[in-house]
Amino acid sequence: MSTLRRRVVALGATAVAASLVLAGCASSEPAAEETASETTDSTTSDTCAAYEAYLGNEGTEVEMYTTIIDPEASLFIESLAEFEECTGITINWNGTQEFEAQIPVRVEGGTAPDMAIFPQPGLLAKFAGNGLVPANDATSASVDENYTADWKVYGTVDGTFYGTPLGANVKSFVWYSPKTFADNGWAIPTTWEELLALSDTIAAAGDVQPWCVGFGSGDATGWVGTDWMEDLMLRFQDAATYDQWVSGELPFNDPKVAEVLAEAGKILKNPAYVGDVASIATTTFQEGGAGLVDGSCAMHRQASFIGGILAADYGATIVSPEDTTTEGGITTFYFPGVSADNKPALGGGEFVGIFADRPEVHAVHHYLTTPDWNNKKAALGGWFSANLGLDTANVADPVNKVAVEILQNASTFRFDGSDVMPAEVGAGSFWKEMTAWVAEDKSDAAVLEAIYSTWPY
Amino acid sequence: MIALALHSARKTPADIIAENFSLLALALVSFAAVIFLVFLLASRASVKAQEWLKYLVFLVPASLLLLVGLIYPAIRTLILSFMDKKSENFVGFDNYIWAFTIPEITVVLTNTAIWVVTVPTLSTLIGLGIAYMTDRMKRPAVIKSLIFMPMAISFVGAGVIWKFVYNYQPNDNKPDIGLFSAIFKALGLTPPNWLLEVPLNTFLLILVMIWIQTGFAMVVLSAALKNIPDEVTEAAMLDGATPWRRFYLVSVPMIRATIVVVLTTITIGTLKVFDIVRTMTGGNFQTNVIANEMYSQSFRQMNYGQGSALAIILFVAIIPIIVYNIRQLRLERTER
Repeated sequence: MSTLRRRVVALGATAVAASLVLAGCASSEPAAEETASETTDSTTSDTCAAYEAYLGNEGTEVEMYTTIIDPEASLFIESLAEFEECTGITINWNGTQEFEAQIPVRVEGGTAPDMAIFPQPGLLAKFAGNGLVPANDATSASVDENYTADWKVYGTVDGTFYGTPLGANVKSFVWYSPKTFADNGWAIPTTWEELLALSDTIAAAGDVQPWCVGFGSGDATGWVGTDWMEDLMLRFQDAATYDQWVSGELPFNDPKVAEVLAEAGKILKNPAYVGDVASIATTTFQEGGAGLVDGSCAMHRQASFIGGILAADYGATIVSPEDTTTEGGITTFYFPGVSADNKPALGGGEFVGIFADRPEVHAVHHYLTTPDWNNKKAALGGWFSANLGLDTANVADPVNKVAVEILQNASTFRFDGSDVMPAEVGAGSFWKEMTAWVAEDKSDAAVLEAIYSTWPY
Repeated sequence: MIALALHSARKTPADIIAENFSLLALALVSFAAVIFLVFLLASRASVKAQEWLKYLVFLVPASLLLLVGLIYPAIRTLILSFMDKKSENFVGFDNYIWAFTIPEITVVLTNTAIWVVTVPTLSTLIGLGIAYMTDRMKRPAVIKSLIFMPMAISFVGAGVIWKFVYNYQPNDNKPDIGLFSAIFKALGLTPPNWLLEVPLNTFLLILVMIWIQTGFAMVVLSAALKNIPDEVTEAAMLDGATPWRRFYLVSVPMIRATIVVVLTTITIGTLKVFDIVRTMTGGNFQTNVIANEMYSQSFRQMNYGQGSALAIILFVAIIPIIVYNIRQLRLERTER
């Protein structure tokens, strides 16, 4: 061996040794940081008195896996800061847009997160008996106390309660510009018939399109169409029929469903109301509402969250219905039912499920159902939940305020049907066929028959 | 409140970056260490053992990775394709029967066939044309770079770009950002809603793939053309062959094997096409192809049985092309 070679070898051996030492370091626990349990002077005992129930978990960490990313994520982190400070539990927020694809992989691979925020109850139900830990008695009691009974049902699978409600959204809204309505002397319709009459009036005036609709949403194109269908199903049929429809007891090709689709077609398939019907399928749902802001259309049926998008991307201002002077101001009226006193609400929401049976995880799970946290989070803006203890004074946004009132007082509240239906339909044929219904002018009967044939009866 | 947050044990971005960088450094050092360990062993080993070590070092990591990343998933997919949607019970050939009986499947298979016929032939033809024309040029680099550039763009990126090109504005009072629509309007024609018109939309998606693949075909064929000995071309010229005859009687036969390899490689890529369709139409408007349906079944509708069956069908469809491709590659090697 030459000296050079010997040197190289020696160097290599050193590198091996060094890497082994380093690897040893990396796998051992990181040096303890200054934990929050060392209460600082700024923390008064009064502030922390509210968190006494959660004590005894100092220095623990909980991973929260979710679809919620910045900027919303930082508001969540902020709303939990005091809880962390007082209890010594650190919540590690792990947000990813690949949540739906990654959560089965993590659970199956044995690296399930401590807790996860599921954007829809159907996805949570898949993990019942497959990794999910039932909510403990305290959490369950808290949900009984702070939410209407419907919400608990959505988080329950086969009689076991897993998922606690988190954020909510309300879908039964028609967005409009109060200024445009006031300038033209249009009145807010309170029944479906009035809504169609108003659409006729606007169409006859001829300078503004009555409705703007966009179904486009990447590979989820069509969900806006399913929302229309669900909202009208709640209005033209009773809630019991809606439940049968969602659970599959009422076949998709039933005359009752056909009647509702025909009603939806009165608006969505009427060129006098929506312009070019086929292009609904190629207009993204974000662009769909943009016409309200530039005044090219009068009404847009969409959930509460579209306000934030229109404000951020299209320069809209969310105003109260009384504000008839602001240019580009938008707000909502309730999507009317068959009669003025029939007021069902369609909505959606997130659910928190836990995968680890540790006291600190149960503590966080419980805390997220308390009015205390819900008010803290709502006060930071742009968010609301169905928590009965949520004070509308903490909800600044005029539309969200109305949404909270609807959630707390709705005669009937029903969850987004496509989120609850089997995925073959709810994330498959229902979207696709509603898209084909407008894009290819597929007939009502053919659409319902196609969805019916994919239902896993 | 803000004062409180400062004392919590939350990691700052700087901490996370530092942590990740130290992990990166550790990974690099470990990698170097393993390599050195191999060299150390190699330098100490006898000549006979060295021969044997060579095979070990080159084959073991590669076969391990193949086993984990290809063989195991392929076998598991095959098993899943005979099970129900939750992968709990065996259902025999039900998923395959389903795959060939849904009404959707005729659209999917027809479209996949259109893709497989058009993309490889057009990409190869255009690529060959450009390669031949630039072969004797003084400075072909600029033209070649421009045509090769789309290769560097991912399919999703290309899908997004072309979606803008095909953008359709239904409202006449609003500005149109779609290039195609703008050209039509400038010519005084009414533009169609590009991505809705069947079968035009499938061909518009195919155009995106051709735009990406032409560069690949051009570069490979260019190299092959440069390999044709000058004596052959000169002999053809002396015999009085016209440029056109020189092209199809001399050049093309000389690079026949390469053309086949390019064709088959693009064909395999085309059979797997999914990103373009998912990005641009989501498989709606009768533009669906088999790989997109496979993704939708498995990861959107959580139906692993049916998704796996589609994957296996795709796999079986590609096998003959791969076999042919490998045989041509061998032929080409023996010719050299």
